[in-house]
Amino acid sequence: MDVMPKWAEVILVPLISLLLAAVISALVILGIGEDPVAAVKLMVQGALGSTYGWGYTLYYATNFIFTGLAVSIAFHARLFNIGGEGQAMLGGLGVALAALYIPWPHWSLALLGATAGAALFGAAWAAIPAWLQAKRGSHIVITTIMFNFIAAALLNYVLVNLMRPKGSMDPATARFPEATNLPTLHDLLAPLGISFSRAAPANVSFLVAILACVLLWLLIWRTRLGYQIRAYGFSESAARYAGISPVKITMITMLISGGLAGMMAINNVMGEAERLVLNATEGAGFIGIAVALMGRSHPLGVFISAILFGFLYQGGAELALWTSIPRELIVVIQALVILFTGALDNMVRMPLERIFLSLRLPREPKPERKPVEPAN
Amino acid sequence: MDYTTLIQLLDSTVRLATPLLLACLAGLFSERAGIFDIGLEGKMLIAAFFSAAVAALTGSVWLGLGAGILSSLSLSAIHGVASITFRGNQLISGVAINFLAAGMTVLIAQDWFKQGGRTPSLMGGARFETITLPWAEALAPVPIIGPLYADLISGHPILVYIAFACVPLTWWILFRTRFGLRLRAVGENPAAVDTAGVSVVGLRYAAVAICGVLCGLAGAYLSTALQAGFVKDMSAGRGFIALAALIFAKWRPWYALWATLLFGLFGALETRPDVIEALTSLKVQGQLLGALPYVMTVIILAGFVGKAIPPRAGGEPYVKER
Repeated sequence: MDVMPKWAEVILVPLISLLLAAVISALVILGIGEDPVAAVKLMVQGALGSTYGWGYTLYYATNFIFTGLAVSIAFHARLFNIGGEGQAMLGGLGVALAALYIPWPHWSLALLGATAGAALFGAAWAAIPAWLQAKRGSHIVITTIMFNFIAAALLNYVLVNLMRPKGSMDPATARFPEATNLPTLHDLLAPLGISFSRAAPANVSFLVAILACVLLWLLIWRTRLGYQIRAYGFSESAARYAGISPVKITMITMLISGGLAGMMAINNVMGEAERLVLNATEGAGFIGIAVALMGRSHPLGVFISAILFGFLYQGGAELALWTSIPRELIVVIQALVILFTGALDNMVRMPLERIFLSLRLPREPKPERKPVEPAN
Repeated sequence: MDYTTLIQLLDSTVRLATPLLLACLAGLFSERAGIFDIGLEGKMLIAAFFSAAVAALTGSVWLGLGAGILSSLSLSAIHGVASITFRGNQLISGVAINFLAAGMTVLIAQDWFKQGGRTPSLMGGARFETITLPWAEALAPVPIIGPLYADLISGHPILVYIAFACVPLTWWILFRTRFGLRLRAVGENPAAVDTAGVSVVGLRYAAVAICGVLCGLAGAYLSTALQAGFVKDMSAGRGFIALAALIFAKWRPWYALWATLLFGLFGALETRPDVIEALTSLKVQGQLLGALPYVMTVIILAGFVGKAIPPRAGGEPYVKER
């Protein structure tokens, strides 16, 4: 029953939700005695006004693409993976182990190895909740929340007791060797004659993130597995009837989801910090939820909304630097985006559906079906 | 471990268990009515801020408590509108509420007090003082019972006693009143309640509102009784531990008391590594002890130690006609 045309579904509904979130955010800024127009100008200037700003925007966006894709693929199977944060933390551990204990000859090989390590650790952390959901029916939302906390405790333990270099007070690993340092966008664009800020942390993992978007699109809409995932998400009983194993789909989907969330670590741990620190993820796993909801779980939508959130993050940092608006404004905006595009979706959709129904041109009456005469 | 240490340990167990207990009972009302609530954390946090802020501005902790409950109720209203009226996803709404509280508290605190997202320290009437129960001082010298009564049972702020009184009260409301029967029914089979001519929407809003009030008490306790003032993110995952306790308690009020006391004990032990070492001669890592409630909840959820079965209609919006 499609009441609305596809363009309204894909563009109009998210746009109106976003607009509502923006209006309320503006009211919040007004409420704390600041000027929303000036704030937006400052954010645009700070996040997009220089290659330095762009470098940070794209760096944050890279994190959010990975975590957004992770939440999206789970949404397609109607699973809510709230554990991206914990999976990304464990991904960081995978990256750190790969970078510290294997002597890589060149960064490209190191990137491959670290990506594999990150995906493996992230997937492993998602595997337990997935298995519990598939086999024992434990609610995956609750188990993944619990696993976020367990991951934080585990990482704290590992960093303080096992991986901290001798004599260092800082709960962090040693710095990764030179050969594993990823080229930044400055290094990549310089041979093309484009000058890009040297200080900005955006690096080659942005390209990996784009590649992940394309591959995930192919997986979801162009393969048998993707079809099975979507079918399972649409109707579990129908999928079961068609011979699709719920256990298999739940496991595979969550492994991909956890792997994607873990892969975020090649950007923040390997690309930026070049060592594993406590709280390296900085809540990016949760922003993935907002990104996936806003992007309607489509890789292109995720890409666009990740860029938008990257802009918000960098812009918010600039605001905190130059005005008295704290960085937490971004958390409020993030909450409003999740609220309007996720939980209050029907508030926007119901009136729109009514409008489209009333606008619909009266169709030609269908040929009347004659009642079948009962045979005497 | 001597008797005094034991009493001290149990005393801090009670203090740490109180906010968990209030939040756990809050979640119990909501989830028994079929509304999942992972926004307990956010509601506690916003109540903690507004209680401390209003108490700091007016000097009255009771006005602060009122403000805290109102702020928590307003988040409950958002959750209700999203998940009951607009039949949205209750989990997503809960996530949004947690972030809304985390952001708004710091934003408003910075605007009002300009102290980096905290409130001024509360003093005198702006805090809940501890209450000394009658004869506590007279009984104190009596061996065994004396310290138990004077140091463990007596000498807590009023909210602790309210929290413990809420356990039998919740049991009575849920299992001995008509309202409670209907509330539980609406979480198991809302269509049956609807058929009986009772409003599903009304009952669910009532449950969400009770949840808001209890979270308000929990938040006020954090900032005006347990500590003297609000600091950023002061709920520190307690809402999620309460959620874990709720599953651990299999959605039952008395079990909720034991579960939150157990998790409170873990919290108390985390600050006393010397006690653990003396007891088990093991050097247990504090960080790992902190993760224990979460690990235990996962084990319970997995059904290896007794099965936790949530209310059947939990998380599903009720649609009258299909």
